[in-house]
Amino acid sequence: MPDLTLPDRIDLYRLMRLNRSLEERLVNLYRQGKIVGGLYRSLGQEATSVGSARALEEGDVLGPLIRNLGSVLVMGYTPREILTQHLARAASPSGGKEGNLHFGRPERGVVSSISMLGALVPVMAGIALAARMQRRRTVAMTYIGDGGTSTGAFHEGVNFAAVQKLPLVVIAENNGWAYSTPFRKQTAAKSLADRAPAYGIPGVSVDGNDVIAVYEAAREAVDRARAGGGPTLVEARTYRMKGHAEHDGQAYVPPGELDDWARRDPIARHAERLLASGRVTPGDLEAIDRRIAEELDRDVAEAERCPYPAAADALAGVYAGGSADSEPAFLRRLS
Amino acid sequence: MDAIREALLEEMERDERVFLLGEDIGVYGGAFKVTDGLVERFGEERVLDTPISETAIVGAAVGAAIAGMRPVAEMQFADFISCAFDMITNFAAKSRYRTGCGVPLVVRGPAGGGVHGGPFHSQNPEAYFAHTPGLKIVQPSTAHDAKGLLKAAIRDDDPVLYFEHKFLYRRVKETLPREDYVVPIGKAAVRRSGRDLSILTYGAMVWTALDAARTLETEGIDVEVVDLRTLFPLDEETILSSVGRTNRAIVLHEATRTGGIGAEVAAVLSERCFEALDAPVVRVTAPDTPVPFSPPMEEFFLPDAGKVCRAARALVGY
Repeated sequence: MPDLTLPDRIDLYRLMRLNRSLEERLVNLYRQGKIVGGLYRSLGQEATSVGSARALEEGDVLGPLIRNLGSVLVMGYTPREILTQHLARAASPSGGKEGNLHFGRPERGVVSSISMLGALVPVMAGIALAARMQRRRTVAMTYIGDGGTSTGAFHEGVNFAAVQKLPLVVIAENNGWAYSTPFRKQTAAKSLADRAPAYGIPGVSVDGNDVIAVYEAAREAVDRARAGGGPTLVEARTYRMKGHAEHDGQAYVPPGELDDWARRDPIARHAERLLASGRVTPGDLEAIDRRIAEELDRDVAEAERCPYPAAADALAGVYAGGSADSEPAFLRRLS
Repeated sequence: MDAIREALLEEMERDERVFLLGEDIGVYGGAFKVTDGLVERFGEERVLDTPISETAIVGAAVGAAIAGMRPVAEMQFADFISCAFDMITNFAAKSRYRTGCGVPLVVRGPAGGGVHGGPFHSQNPEAYFAHTPGLKIVQPSTAHDAKGLLKAAIRDDDPVLYFEHKFLYRRVKETLPREDYVVPIGKAAVRRSGRDLSILTYGAMVWTALDAARTLETEGIDVEVVDLRTLFPLDEETILSSVGRTNRAIVLHEATRTGGIGAEVAAVLSERCFEALDAPVVRVTAPDTPVPFSPPMEEFFLPDAGKVCRAARALVGY
């Protein structure tokens, strides 16, 4: 496993900061009523997304969930693409057909999730299966929340990948909450990593708010997968600092819990470590923050100028070639 | 059944992206022996035995298809396709629309009753899926079509559900063309021309319709039999052209009545050739019950030539 260089570590800071700052812009747009649909935050989980996706190499494929904004930024999707997607504009990665982080093309290293949790696990196993049949070195990585591990699809997918020894890495993001349901009502297991031995695969649990620890655990799993060692289940222990979506005021969260986790903020922790190294100054980090803010100013303005899709484009793209009928032929004949 | 195996074998030889996955399809050759001998020929990587995990079977097929392969997933019985419903209707069917990424996969499996399989080994699940834009659904009635439609399904760039009627596996015998051919998806076939009445049907019921047509012929009723072959999207032109000439229509299927393919065919006829109809469109289908197990009950449940003849006589006398 190659050690992260100082520029790599600074870049992890940049990606986490971009994740958070971009999301803050999305919150502003949401409050202005410009975001179409809900807004799902990843506040506090940036290290899990960024650290894990950073462990992938060119040609690998990632299956992100809605709280993995940092991961798709690592994979090269741009803030402007994220913004147009949330604003439902024609120029968005899904052309306005989909919202939030539901987009992705395998040639850009990303497969889109669907809202049915767990579904991505067998699909990403299929990506890994195809890669092996095509004699490519591709590793597939996907995410599952603590809630998602309760689905049958998760079980079937991990079991299938384990039996086939597929190059799949599953990052189980234990952020404590599935909407309003706490971890203890989701599973009687102590840790999501404890599920791994039952599948006959390695399971590790890592501090999900430590970007370096997440990277190292993910990297080890990726290297094992690429070497033919089969799948790994990595539990990243983190915390969802916001509600399920922006409308959710988190009244169900016990007092004090948010404050406890705020003290473990992943960006602040990584920044402190960089500063403690003596090779990075506060001015260096401020310069990164300032550059991100300036770029986002431009990106938001440009995204807001992008037009909505033409309404009738809703009919296109269901099948290869051809378009759906908007009305029964009988009505068309009358008019 | 040999026609299905031949289609799989020829497509796997033609295109190395084609592979099979399912339960007991390898060494055992499949519960009905459809894939018998294929693992010996192509190896375990391309004829992949899976755990009992329909969601993982179709899910992995979706992923592999997205990544450039041409998977053919077997459901040991079509009834078990319900376990993979989410993968088919939400992942495979919507992927092209949502993300621009096509999912060229085939899910195939034995459907239908008449073999005393009871409620979970006899169903005809096609109508669940005909309500899902993005899917295509085919069901052959002849050995020629079994081979040609499966080849077309494998070569199609979108997800295709291929339902094969298990009652026909060993009952339909034909000599097939030597050369490579496909039966295009979206095209119905007129199996028998007639002037007085059209029976619009598919799968094993095509043979029931032809039986009924022979009986009705002796009574002076000249029946046309249209084999839909593709259930979604329907070949509306062939349906309209037939009923436009005969002016009477029976929609016949083995699946239960409410919300079945027949309801959609009847709606198309009502919308698009109302003026041509001399009588109401009549459905002859199984009743709205699960498939019963005991032979007298199952026979009562399944449509047969007698039921079709009674409906035809009523329509002609309308």
